[in-house]
Amino acid sequence: MVGRTIAVVAMIEAHDLRKTYRSRSGEVRALDGLSLSVPEATVKALLGPNGAGKTTAVKVLNTLIGPDSGRASVAGVDVLAEPAQVRRVIGASGQYAAVDENLTGRENLEMVGRLYHLGRRRARERAQELVDAFDLSDAGDRPVKGFSGGMRRRIDLACALVNTPPVLFLDEPTTGLDPRSRIGLWDVIADLVRDGTTVLLTTQYLEEADYLADHISVVDHGRVIAEGTADELKAQVGGHRVVLTLVEQADAGLARSVLARRGTGEVRSDASGRTLDVAVEAGPSTLQGVLTELDDAGVRLHDAGMRRPTLDDVFLTLTGREQADDDESEQSA
Amino acid sequence: MTTDLDRPPPAARPTGDRPAPDAPRGVVATWFSDGWTVTWRNLLKLRRNPEVMVFAVLQPIMFVVLFSQVYGGSIRIDGGDYTDYLMAGIFGQTVLFGSTFSGYLMAQDLKEGLIDRFRTLPMHSSAVLVGRTNADLVLNTVSMVIMIGAGAVVGWRFSDGVPRFLAGVGLLLLFSYAFSWVMALLGIMVRTPEVINNAAFMVLFPLTFISNAFVQSSNLPGPLEVFANWNPVSALVQAARELFGNTGSAPVPDTFPMQHPVLTVVAGSAVMLAVFVPLAVARFRRSSSR
Repeated sequence: MVGRTIAVVAMIEAHDLRKTYRSRSGEVRALDGLSLSVPEATVKALLGPNGAGKTTAVKVLNTLIGPDSGRASVAGVDVLAEPAQVRRVIGASGQYAAVDENLTGRENLEMVGRLYHLGRRRARERAQELVDAFDLSDAGDRPVKGFSGGMRRRIDLACALVNTPPVLFLDEPTTGLDPRSRIGLWDVIADLVRDGTTVLLTTQYLEEADYLADHISVVDHGRVIAEGTADELKAQVGGHRVVLTLVEQADAGLARSVLARRGTGEVRSDASGRTLDVAVEAGPSTLQGVLTELDDAGVRLHDAGMRRPTLDDVFLTLTGREQADDDESEQSA
Repeated sequence: MTTDLDRPPPAARPTGDRPAPDAPRGVVATWFSDGWTVTWRNLLKLRRNPEVMVFAVLQPIMFVVLFSQVYGGSIRIDGGDYTDYLMAGIFGQTVLFGSTFSGYLMAQDLKEGLIDRFRTLPMHSSAVLVGRTNADLVLNTVSMVIMIGAGAVVGWRFSDGVPRFLAGVGLLLLFSYAFSWVMALLGIMVRTPEVINNAAFMVLFPLTFISNAFVQSSNLPGPLEVFANWNPVSALVQAARELFGNTGSAPVPDTFPMQHPVLTVVAGSAVMLAVFVPLAVARFRRSSSR
């Protein structure tokens, strides 16, 4: 999948990583043969539900935990053999902002700079650069304790950039943030990538993967179950989808049977049961046919239309395979 | 290090331009610098953590004043003054309890994400513990200075000269530093700050009270007297008392720790350091995050 160009260097590589956690309640296979490869200056998103193994994968790659087996390298350095070397070239920002609450933003940055052995003066200069770049000047001199979640994440991300690392790991960088902070953080990350940083990020948000990532690996049960660009993944679930919103929930049965007949996959409905959608082969003509048929039957519609599949569709199709087994993939093929 | 000073975005370095390794500064220099950086961080944190500071500053004053004023009139010390006698006991108690902060704060740090950040940095991992115990040594020193002042106010005098007085203070701090490492290891293993606090209290409180810290051990009932005469806290207090010249005229109990208290404390601290420094560092390295 290291597709489009030929002369790419993989900045992050993982091969067949395995990690099992044992606890009183039994064994959890956090990683079950996970492999991935991230070319230089690209963003790879690990997309998956809670507990899929995304965070564990990142923790192995940024030297926080050792796998039971498998190989991994970052910037050409073996993660298991030379973790200390790896730590010089990575930045890591986590789901829980790893900053010191009692220190100011600036002091946090300075501390990290000193621990990168920049020297005290250079650490102070670098902290100032990051305070400026991240718009932290208001907040830079107050203890982090009083900051909003968004501000904490910014400081956390800034801490990960003190060493201007070529490789950046972001574990659910925007989980729990309001939309405005999220978009602000996305812009920062996009800027970094433009400047040549290689990023591995984990997310539960399809929108985030769609917006930031060049390549996406869908992770479930500790392994990659699909990968490709957002478009490639969407193409896997087929062409258009026809979406209807009914006025009366009572019409759902009829509408569902019409969609099932004209569509190519399973008909899905939302929680209210009034919005239904299905994958179709020929979008416009199918939509036309559906509308005519429903109109003849006297079914009233709030809304009807076509849309391209989203990563949500990909995700549901891929991770839902266990329950729906093989017939679903046959149908949607 | 080359970084774009003029450029607003926190630019990522193009690859190939690796961060300079620690070539100009050796391993020893970076070890000291890491240890100092973490110490600095811990001291800032202590300063901004009122609860800890209140404990470290007010409690010693409270103990000095309460014990000397409340018990001073009713406890007789053979050939001496109770306030003089008491001070070494309060010092011992304070450094003992002060060291438990190392465990408490270590556990607290491990609960938060910051240790994960440290682990992804090219720093010496032992610096986390060095910084912890160093900061707690500073905290204990501050407590000591305040107690000395409070003691002077209620009439405490040392009577064997300044060098021996300073040796006594040094000995108390040496013990507190060594004991900090024991508590730090406990903090890494237990990981629940509240549990550390309660457990430490349950063990240390009887240990300080069944000792010569506040009363002469000869006044204790039989089995407790035996315990007190072998109690390491008694040795610490006895050592400080001897160096301050506050022992009074009561005969020294005939057990090794009480007959050779300074030797006992110095040797005990050395053993604690020799055993618990490597243990704590190894345990910290092995312990995975969260």
